[in-house]
Amino acid sequence: MTDHILEVRNLRKSFGALLASNNLSFSVRRGDVHALIGPNGAGKTTLVNQISGFIRPDSGSILFEKTDIVAMPAHRRAAMGLGRSFQITSIFDHLTVAENLTLAILAHSGHTFRFWRHCLRIPLVQQTLPSTLERVDLDHRANLPARHLSHGEKKQLEVGMALAGNPKLLILDEPMAGMGPGGTVEMSKLIRKLKTTMTILLVEHDMAAVFALADRITVLVYGTAIANGTPDEIRTDPEVRSAYLGEEG
Amino acid sequence: MASIARKTAVLLPIFVFLAALPLLAAYLDNPYLLSLFSRILIFAIAAVSLDLLLGYGGLVSLGHAAFVGVGAYTVGILFHHTTIGEPLLGIFAGSENALITLPLAVLAAAGFALVIGAMCLRTSGMHFIMITLAFAQMLYYTAIGLEQYGGDDGLPLYARNTFPGLDTNNDLSFYYLCLVSLLLILFLAHRMVHSRFGLIIRGASHNPDRIQTLGVNPYTHRLVCFVIAGAGAGLAGALLANQSTYISPGLFHWTLSGELMVMVLLGGLGTLFGPVLGAAAFLLLEEVLAMYTEHWMFYLGPVLVVVVIFARKGLYGLLIGSGKNHD
Ligand SMILES: Nc1ncnc2c1ncn2[C@@H]1O[C@H](COP(=O)(O)OP(=O)(O)O)[C@@H](O)[C@H]1O
Ligand SMILES: [Mg+2]
Repeated sequence: MTDHILEVRNLRKSFGALLASNNLSFSVRRGDVHALIGPNGAGKTTLVNQISGFIRPDSGSILFEKTDIVAMPAHRRAAMGLGRSFQITSIFDHLTVAENLTLAILAHSGHTFRFWRHCLRIPLVQQTLPSTLERVDLDHRANLPARHLSHGEKKQLEVGMALAGNPKLLILDEPMAGMGPGGTVEMSKLIRKLKTTMTILLVEHDMAAVFALADRITVLVYGTAIANGTPDEIRTDPEVRSAYLGEEG
Repeated sequence: MASIARKTAVLLPIFVFLAALPLLAAYLDNPYLLSLFSRILIFAIAAVSLDLLLGYGGLVSLGHAAFVGVGAYTVGILFHHTTIGEPLLGIFAGSENALITLPLAVLAAAGFALVIGAMCLRTSGMHFIMITLAFAQMLYYTAIGLEQYGGDDGLPLYARNTFPGLDTNNDLSFYYLCLVSLLLILFLAHRMVHSRFGLIIRGASHNPDRIQTLGVNPYTHRLVCFVIAGAGAGLAGALLANQSTYISPGLFHWTLSGELMVMVLLGGLGTLFGPVLGAAAFLLLEEVLAMYTEHWMFYLGPVLVVVVIFARKGLYGLLIGSGKNHD
């Protein structure tokens, strides 16, 4: 019996006449880097939004750690161990890098109603912040307002924030989008490092990176999972080749 | 980044000036200065509390006067019952002791803020602005309807509340009471803004969705922030009732909410000391311009536009340098 941390079953979501999730089912095994690929507009972000709780599916179920989370608000899902980064970086621009990470560290620790002590002087923050900064290579940027970071650094911060809660499942929505080759290498290294401690659902366009990193791949086309398997199986799947890989060249 | 040295260089002289103002008033033989600056300090308290919502929380409330009014009416009503010798609701004799009336005014304002905030915070954006305004206007008309407390005309108080060891009817002592209150509020707000709670409030201001993925429900935090801001405004209202020995429905009116908002914008949105500067600039300009024209608001408008367009952090930003810090 395989241990699945996430199971998506018969998910449906329509935007008017458009079916963004069309009877979509797939499962993620614990400990895997599970990649989700598919052409633009296939419904990947919509799927991530439904898993993390920002969009309510029309029907279907999402089991996280064997619990159906479909009706749960986003903040409860996060508290259960579901962390995510966003395709459009959505860090807190006006806060410093250290404050961004502190917010994430504290939010996950509960007890957020503390009014007195300076947030950067809280023991938990002093213990965790330096290592988190270092994990995503931003130690030298700690006191810079996040809006002054480069694109790649913003992505790193984004991942750092998702990490601060020690999620069991980390969902990364196109973490390499818009990065140069150097940034892609950095991010791949980071994902490999993270893989040892958590399951990762990776939505990514960069095929080379996906095939190098993923244990399993799900291919999404028009809101449906048309294939599921190891990178080798996906590479040789005729349906995938015609529907997707072919057009990518 | 605005350095500590720069801040000290600017803020220290201002605090020294405020502490020494009574000397200046005595030297110029101008007792009116004391009452003018008492009002400035009181409005500064209200503006600082509003900035917790506006600048730090990203919550544009156009009904902040509601809580100033509740604070003032608490003081006024308690005082009234001691003078007419008829207990409030048949049980409470009223009070003219500031150690009782001020905390009660703060509590009453916090209570109103809890109820009003609980409803308003379910909305956002333009709806939030309109519904905060609507609640304040409801209280305004309620105050007009309170015939026993003067209705439309308001209610004069025959004296200020007493304070043990302090002659509050002396403008000098009262001025220092206001100054200490403002310093206390600034200190508390400073702690709050940099605390864990404050960090969440600041984060949620620009990005409420993102806060949710961190496992925090911003609604509760915003509600607590709304209550704290309301309590601050309640204190300002209670002091204002004492300062002018008079309460009137105008204290609930949206024009007062608007003026507080102008003070915050003028002084520096999302800064703690900015609203103090804003309150001072606003009331001093009003004082000066009103000597020449009754349409002084007409001349204040362009000043505000210039400051808001050219100084992102208002007067505070101009003085300190628009740093990348936010306090
Ligand atoms: N909020 C929305 N309202 C209407 N249509 C949407 C919305 N979000 C996404 N879509 C549409 O759903 C489809 C899937 O979008 P998305 O999930 O962002 O795809 P992907 O991330 O795979 O590129 C697209 O055609 C997109 O235009
Ligand atoms: Mg997408």
